[in-house]
Amino acid sequence: LKVINCCVWDPSGEIFELKAELNSDKKEKKKEAVKKVIASMTVGKDVSALFPDVVNCMQTDNLELKKLVYLYLMNYAKSQPDMAIMAVNTFVKDCEDPNPLIRALAVRTMGCIRVDKITEYLCEPLRKCLKDEDPYVRKTAAVCVAKLHDINAQLVEDQGFLDTLKDLISDSNPMVVANAVAALSEIAESHPNSNLLDLNPQTINKLLTALNECTEWGQIFILDCLANYMPRDDRESQSICERVTPRLSHANSAVVLSAVKVLMKFMEMLPKDLDYYGTLLKKLAPPLVTLLSAEPELQYVALRNINLIVQKRPEILKHEMKVFFVKYNDPIYVKLEKLDIMIRLASQANIAQVLAELKEYATEVDVDFVRKAVRAIGRCAIKVEQSAERCVSTLLDLIQTKVNYVVQEAIVVIKDIFRKYPNKYESVIATLCENLDSLDEPEARAAMIWIVGEYAERIDNADELLESFLEGFHDESTQVQLQLLTAIVKLFLKKPTETQELVQQVLSLATQDSDNPDLRDRGYIYWRLLSTDPVAAKEVVLAEKPLISEETDLIEPTLLEELICHIGTLASVYHKPPSAFVEGSRGVQHKRLPARMGAGLGAAPAAMPASLGGAPAVGGGLGDLFDLGGGVGMPTGSYVAPKTAWLLAMKAKGLEISGTFARRGGIIQMDLSLTNKAMSVMTDFAIQFNRNSFGLAPAGPMQVLTPLSPNQTIDVSLPLSMSGPVMKMEPLNNLQVAVKNNIDVFYFSCQYPLSLLFVEDGKMDRQVFLATWKDIPNDNEAQFQIKDIHLNSDVASNKLQGSNIFTIAKRTVEGQDMLYQSVKLTNGIWVLAEMRIQTGNPNYTKTNGFRDCMQKQMYDSTSVVRFSSK
Amino acid sequence: MIGGLFIYNHKGEVLISRVYRDDIGRNAVDAFRVNVIHARQQVRSPVTNIARTSFFHIKRSNIWLAAVTKQNVNAAMVFEFLYKMCDVMSAYFGKISEENIKNNFVLIYELLDEILDFGYPQNSETGALKTFITQQGIKGQTKEEQSQITSQVTGQIGWRREGIKYRRNELFLDVLESVNLLMSPQGQVLSAHVSGRVVMKSYLSGMPECKFGMNDKIVIDKQGKGGTTDDPKKTSGKQSIAIDDCTFHQCVRLSKFDSERSISFIPPDGEYELMRYRTTKDIILPFRVIPLVREVGRTKLEVKVVIKSNFKPSLLAQKIEVRIPTPLNTSGVQVICMKGKAKYKASENAIVWKIKRMAGMKESQISAEIELLPTNDKKKWARPPISMNFEVPFAPSGLKVRYLKVFESKLNYSDHDVIKWVRYIGRSGIYETRC
Repeated sequence: LKVINCCVWDPSGEIFELKAELNSDKKEKKKEAVKKVIASMTVGKDVSALFPDVVNCMQTDNLELKKLVYLYLMNYAKSQPDMAIMAVNTFVKDCEDPNPLIRALAVRTMGCIRVDKITEYLCEPLRKCLKDEDPYVRKTAAVCVAKLHDINAQLVEDQGFLDTLKDLISDSNPMVVANAVAALSEIAESHPNSNLLDLNPQTINKLLTALNECTEWGQIFILDCLANYMPRDDRESQSICERVTPRLSHANSAVVLSAVKVLMKFMEMLPKDLDYYGTLLKKLAPPLVTLLSAEPELQYVALRNINLIVQKRPEILKHEMKVFFVKYNDPIYVKLEKLDIMIRLASQANIAQVLAELKEYATEVDVDFVRKAVRAIGRCAIKVEQSAERCVSTLLDLIQTKVNYVVQEAIVVIKDIFRKYPNKYESVIATLCENLDSLDEPEARAAMIWIVGEYAERIDNADELLESFLEGFHDESTQVQLQLLTAIVKLFLKKPTETQELVQQVLSLATQDSDNPDLRDRGYIYWRLLSTDPVAAKEVVLAEKPLISEETDLIEPTLLEELICHIGTLASVYHKPPSAFVEGSRGVQHKRLPARMGAGLGAAPAAMPASLGGAPAVGGGLGDLFDLGGGVGMPTGSYVAPKTAWLLAMKAKGLEISGTFARRGGIIQMDLSLTNKAMSVMTDFAIQFNRNSFGLAPAGPMQVLTPLSPNQTIDVSLPLSMSGPVMKMEPLNNLQVAVKNNIDVFYFSCQYPLSLLFVEDGKMDRQVFLATWKDIPNDNEAQFQIKDIHLNSDVASNKLQGSNIFTIAKRTVEGQDMLYQSVKLTNGIWVLAEMRIQTGNPNYTKTNGFRDCMQKQMYDSTSVVRFSSK
Repeated sequence: MIGGLFIYNHKGEVLISRVYRDDIGRNAVDAFRVNVIHARQQVRSPVTNIARTSFFHIKRSNIWLAAVTKQNVNAAMVFEFLYKMCDVMSAYFGKISEENIKNNFVLIYELLDEILDFGYPQNSETGALKTFITQQGIKGQTKEEQSQITSQVTGQIGWRREGIKYRRNELFLDVLESVNLLMSPQGQVLSAHVSGRVVMKSYLSGMPECKFGMNDKIVIDKQGKGGTTDDPKKTSGKQSIAIDDCTFHQCVRLSKFDSERSISFIPPDGEYELMRYRTTKDIILPFRVIPLVREVGRTKLEVKVVIKSNFKPSLLAQKIEVRIPTPLNTSGVQVICMKGKAKYKASENAIVWKIKRMAGMKESQISAEIELLPTNDKKKWARPPISMNFEVPFAPSGLKVRYLKVFESKLNYSDHDVIKWVRYIGRSGIYETRC
């Protein structure tokens, strides 16, 4: 049967032959056979049938042979999980080998075998290897934890490998530290909320020390990790920058770029008037320029990043225009990127040089490059007013070349120049009109038509020109059709006597013969305007246009900030956030730049992880409002959750904080219990909040009057105002807090119940309610079921009123009570709810709608669900 | 991190394929072949995204190397790694060619297993790798040897092993500069810079501590200030040069350079690149090219090019080559030159003028008549710049090595015993004059 099998897969008998050789007694022959197997594997042949025979060769003292067998195993173990078990023994044995190279090889390979049964056996050897006396084994084991996590994250957590990995950050060997950092960073990426990479000044210090000693790759891992840290204040930020700047002289471009990333990020926190800030800016330019003498592929990566950097901080490279001049032999991708940066750096000071260059480029061979160069000339005209005239004459020269795509590109940019400088360069229109026939691209045709329409009164034969386009109206693209329609209407308004027929013709083409709704609509609007009120038509159609802005193609500021945090990575090459091209949870977390230090603790709490723990379970918050724990009775005011621990003594040098939030008489209060579990007295307490979704901020300083002696607990009620700075948090109700005492500053984050924000005057007028209810789009609706509540509708209604959820109306349909309720938030958002209570059934269904014209866009639909759940 | 690494020949056949991550499937190998290697267009970007998989690719002669990933990796690191991979392979088996790769595929797999773990680059210094990836097994090693290997691979000085011995301690320093120029037809310098490298060949015993000094303006000015009442201009003057930026080999202590601007290190054994630098000020441009192109009617061009050497008459430039581009519709060329040999190469669309040697402060000239075929192509000839190649025995940036001190406290030799050689070579980089 076996032979038949082989024949089916392998008509040439190759597999059969290899099988025989693999089972040969001669070592050399065996090795040659395994080599042949690997060669077949490389070219994509299926050699999995040889699995048992290859695995049999595993137990050997020939390291080369062993490595080959391992390579085979990594490739095929997944397809033959049962047989892969045969290899386990050898692995476990190798992990005990006296030779560290063999121990490392075994643990490295085992981690690459993605078979559940094997991973079970991996745990013990891995644990030992993580504590191996040899650094080579430890650095390999560190990476193995990341491998195992990729296969079975739960197992890694259960086995406590994460803690061991964290310990390795303090290892004496720099490479072990670097690999541990790399592994932890990767694991942390898939758990955005975990506090895995617990970065604090102590660990940062360890990392900075290892930075000086480890390999170039290790330096990259460490720098990339450092970039995720948020320094507590500008002093710490400066001291990290000082220790990172030497990396700018490293021969490895990736080390340089990662260092640039750290500096660009931490620089945000430095006050601009600081001397060091200026020094740092100056230090950044030379290494960025040096990157341009690297190999072309790296130049490309560098240029894409420089493009971001000049948008964020144009001052860094403003004097370096020349290095971006295109070289004749640059690959096209380098040329295009350089051109882009040249335009960004163009200014009055260097415009003459830039224009001379661009003129050269416009005569090159590559079509894309030439087009971009022509477009760049136009952009210079718009950006630097003094140069506009020269740019226009350069463009005219280019039009004279009659090279089709050059002419078209030039016309498109001239249209923009007309818009920027109206009534200045119209003398060139005649030249443009000469080229009308050669235009075959929609953008250029549309631009030309716009020009003719806009300046119809100065072009004698404008009607003829436009009429010529009208013949093939239906073959034009929408862009051209729309433009033609508008242009002819403009013409009609300017020269009504001769063009009546023409305008009738185009209106009927647009409204009757076209399937395009945009075109039809525009046609009808013009038609009605012209027939009812020609004066109004004139005001509308010939209205003065706003000037176009100088900078185009700028990356949107929030995206730019995020991309700055990703300098050196693929995201910075694609100019897209990682979520746009990475699948799954990895990299989806959005990064932000730190805020400049304005008022004391201001931005510091941003150093904390975005949230602790996940979002509250849907409906759970609703249950709280019903005060299930509180037994029966009349409403006693809003629900106050019991205090929970927010800051643990272990993490805060002995200070323990637990707390909760309450709304009392329209005032929001934060109730805190501060406990001193340290040995010494604590004094000088202060508190600050980070920016948050609803602008919560302490209304006054935290009053801790007496020093807190060891083992003493003090209760403080802190009134809160809603006047702080607003920034959307994830989850919405997350609050990041910094508490300072004489010892240090500590950070924690907590979540406040949204019911805290329900204001007392949240009762909506009945009529308004009815109207609003209908207006709520379906997207803004969410439904929840609340289970096991034994309250009738009246009691429920009363209870909810205690938390400022007001019942507007009630009706009973088919034995179900329907309550209609409204809630208003401190920032003016209304939430409308419908509650259905089935008598005798302890499950409630609540439908929430949510309305606010201004705020709606701020919250996406997912946050609405979470929002409404409370 | 890097999910997989593939090596292809020019036809797109896979020579090496190593997958590190589960998210990279076999189809990735084919996707790259179809979309990049077999694509008709020239490469428009060194990073290609195909179906949410990113490919980083470089080409060495006709071999493609591609690193694949599905994550947001450090792109600069991936390219640096690919270059490093090429260096390592060349150090093991010479030129990167299809034949060499096929003959050494077992070695390459072994290297790939060592220098990339789960897609994370590990120590890739050839000096260290060669101690334990030898293709001969490691059976014979003693325990001490093994731990020496592992401590070297993971240690602070991963680029040098202990116990190196030479009877003659010797070192060679090569200052290699390439001078780049872009000049307008009128002789105005549009951009000029020197990118230089200091390459060191060290044959030194033990773990020598080295200190390298050059005529860096910042250092010399500092010393001037440190000195008594000397006028700083006297000490620095013309002898020092302003370095725009420099980068160093892994072995140089960067924090020390940052704080004191001193270059100290323990060098790798054998040849390596100690530093790279770039200067833009006060560059000696060894040659000046003066072009004169005249269009005589639609079918004839007259070209006259003068080159002037601009350095000490006692020095000799070598391997001089001037390349004068000709239009695509050239039908015939007649050249007259006073010195060297000139030839019209139709396949390269250029007149190539070669001069073996030329002393400083000399001048030479070539004139050519180019006959053109009449065309109705509307597009004008792009007039590519005239480019030049040469080699001169000095550093166009003006850089001078002041000292290279060697200290080895444990072994019995001092700085004086080391034989030191310094050589300066200036070459043309992209040296172009527009016409």
